[in-house]
Amino acid sequence: MDFINAIILLLNYIVVPALSYGSQLALGAIFVTLIYGILRFANFATGDMMAFGTMFSVLLTWYFQSKGIGLGVLPTALLTIPFSIIMMILYMLIIDKLVFRYYRIKKSPPVQLAMVSIGVLFVTQAIVRIIIGPFDRRFLDGEKFILKAIEFKEMTGLNEGLTIKTTQVITIVVTVIVVSLLFWFLNKTRTGKSMRAYSDNEDLALLSGIDPNRVVMITWMIAGVLATIGGVLYGLDKSFKPFVYFNNMLPIFAAAIVGGIGNPFGAFLGGYVIAFAEIFITYAYKKFFMYLLPESLEPDSLMQLLSTDYKFAVSFSILVIVLLFRPTGIFKGKVL
Amino acid sequence: MRQYANVFTAYTIMIILIILVGIFQSWSVALTILNFCLVSAVMTMGANIQWGYAGLINFGIMGYTALGGLAAVLISVAPVQEAWAVGGLDMIICVGIIIGMVFSIRYVLKKIQKSKKRNYIIAAIIIFGLILLRVIAGPATEHIEAVDPARTGFLGGLGMPILFSWIVGAFFAAGLAYIVGKVALGLRADYLAIATLLISEIVIAIIKHEDWLSRGVKNVIGLNRPVPYEVDLQSSPWFIDLVEKFHSGKLELINSLTERQDLLNQLVIEASSVYVKLCLAGLFLVVVIILLIITQKALYSPWGRMMRAIRDNDEAANAMGKNVVKEHLLIFILGSAVVGIAGAMMVTHDGLFTPGSYRPMRYTFLIWVMVIVGGSGNNFGAILGGFVVWFLWVEAAPIALFLINFFTSHLPETNALKIHLINSAPYFRFLTMGIGLLLIMRYRPRGILPEKIIKQ
Repeated sequence: MDFINAIILLLNYIVVPALSYGSQLALGAIFVTLIYGILRFANFATGDMMAFGTMFSVLLTWYFQSKGIGLGVLPTALLTIPFSIIMMILYMLIIDKLVFRYYRIKKSPPVQLAMVSIGVLFVTQAIVRIIIGPFDRRFLDGEKFILKAIEFKEMTGLNEGLTIKTTQVITIVVTVIVVSLLFWFLNKTRTGKSMRAYSDNEDLALLSGIDPNRVVMITWMIAGVLATIGGVLYGLDKSFKPFVYFNNMLPIFAAAIVGGIGNPFGAFLGGYVIAFAEIFITYAYKKFFMYLLPESLEPDSLMQLLSTDYKFAVSFSILVIVLLFRPTGIFKGKVL
Repeated sequence: MRQYANVFTAYTIMIILIILVGIFQSWSVALTILNFCLVSAVMTMGANIQWGYAGLINFGIMGYTALGGLAAVLISVAPVQEAWAVGGLDMIICVGIIIGMVFSIRYVLKKIQKSKKRNYIIAAIIIFGLILLRVIAGPATEHIEAVDPARTGFLGGLGMPILFSWIVGAFFAAGLAYIVGKVALGLRADYLAIATLLISEIVIAIIKHEDWLSRGVKNVIGLNRPVPYEVDLQSSPWFIDLVEKFHSGKLELINSLTERQDLLNQLVIEASSVYVKLCLAGLFLVVVIILLIITQKALYSPWGRMMRAIRDNDEAANAMGKNVVKEHLLIFILGSAVVGIAGAMMVTHDGLFTPGSYRPMRYTFLIWVMVIVGGSGNNFGAILGGFVVWFLWVEAAPIALFLINFFTSHLPETNALKIHLINSAPYFRFLTMGIGLLLIMRYRPRGILPEKIIKQ
């Protein structure tokens, strides 16, 4: 019995939160990796672009709520995602046309494009803050929990409860759908294959008649989908605050690089690696050992490897270690 | 002389702008802007040494700034005797353990061939060391943080004048830069950018949460100053006389003695804050000028030419027998040290150390905007960038507010859009920065004052 309690404890506090957080990171990391693989620069505006898409979702959610449109038990924000995606893609295409295109045609070095993306970062951040303000917004509605701790305890008669939030399930389900669609697109369709070819060898792709403008446009469109969905899922699960989204850029970069930048599957797994590492290392295992060990051996301390203050530092340290020993990432990067 | 005409015009315009702020807003505001411009100038010089001279991208400026600030705390605050008594020895032992770990790992790396066995030994040393550290440091930090937590709760510093910290801050930053450089400099440019950004976040996380070191997010306030305090000035006769002389025309216009006294008091209070800021500005200016002379000399020395050669074509430089790796590390350390000085200067100016305020937007990306806008590779350009961008950063909000009011003057006060825009005026500074950076990069990619190569 104690053994099952211990497992439930880990499930509740580590596995379920890490899976949903990892999914959110994974979507962002694939976004970074796509831009890096095809447009060949590190996009420092990642977090703020996600905030931009989420902002529309928040605004539309308020609008729908005022009109009484909803999805019942599901959050209204899901209904707004398609509209937000359209706005996000429009914004990205405009930015590309006004800003990035010039440097792409000039074949500027990646560093210069990264600098330019810092300009975009400032502008996007300003737009988001001017439109919606810097405050913390919660826009989750509908049923909050699928499984409450008390219900679980009654059902199973265990000491430990298992809580599953609606947003966590939605996050995982949506991520799985989006990512499988993306991989299907990249591997099976003609356009997807042309994107991979372009990412692998630009000149060869041009020679075989692939239209670069089309590839770039489709990349931004996919990026818009990923950024918006990733941002909205994160916002539903936690809350929407522009500054937090900016900061999320860092673990997202870590996930993309750990997985091997330029490799979408690596980025997908990288998201989970980062999320699990962050939560595994900062979780206090005291209760876990209390269940497993006999009473005489019970630990006095919290049995925590690192305090939760260092949550971000964990993912960055992993990144630094990966960069040192395997700069290409866990899976070899650079090709879609 | 003509080549300096641009520089001269640009700086004159900048100084006129600051004087205008002094006339229209207040001298205190203008001097604060000037001081921060000078601090920013030091930071941009540091970033410029790395990016402009050597083409090394360092997005970790925030980390070095914070280390400079930490140095200011550790140098100037008086030591907390009780804290040293309860946990000082343990902390020294911990430092010893860390040093021991580093040296034993180095020994293992040198003596044992690359193999699985070596990896296991290193892992064992690290794990054993970490456990030992936890056992010793855990209780010690608890004891230290329990010493009068509302006021101290940390080990304190050395109790020396804060000016020393400007040098110590440089050494702290240089030390971090040595480690980062050893680890990350081999990476490609954009990887290096991300790696340095994340390492600086780790540094901030440590400073924020290690309360025994510098009180973490509880902040350290009331650091001592290299310049007189306003309160002391207001009660010292020579200063009051000086103010009286300075404003004698204005004071003589008033007949009533009490009113004249009131006005004088008010003037003295105003003048004292201006005087303090002027003193700081003088100190900062000395630092900027010294650094400017050194960096100019370095830029046009054989060493500077070698750095540019490495920047423009590192393979060719390598073939000419220049040690690219070593020079990159050196310049990374030098640039970071300059940033460390700026960090200490900033904390000196504020008189307080707030780890929570170190954010990458303000301390990394803004500095990069300064370097790019000013002109990378040109020291005068970098300093000008610091001035222009900081000036805009501060003044963007008032200007935006003015423009909003101007364009919405036909709307009633209760108009929702108008209220919303007025409330979001502070965020127009991000917009200004972003658009400014994008325009400069597009139409003047080498900055306002581009790098010029003097043919010798």
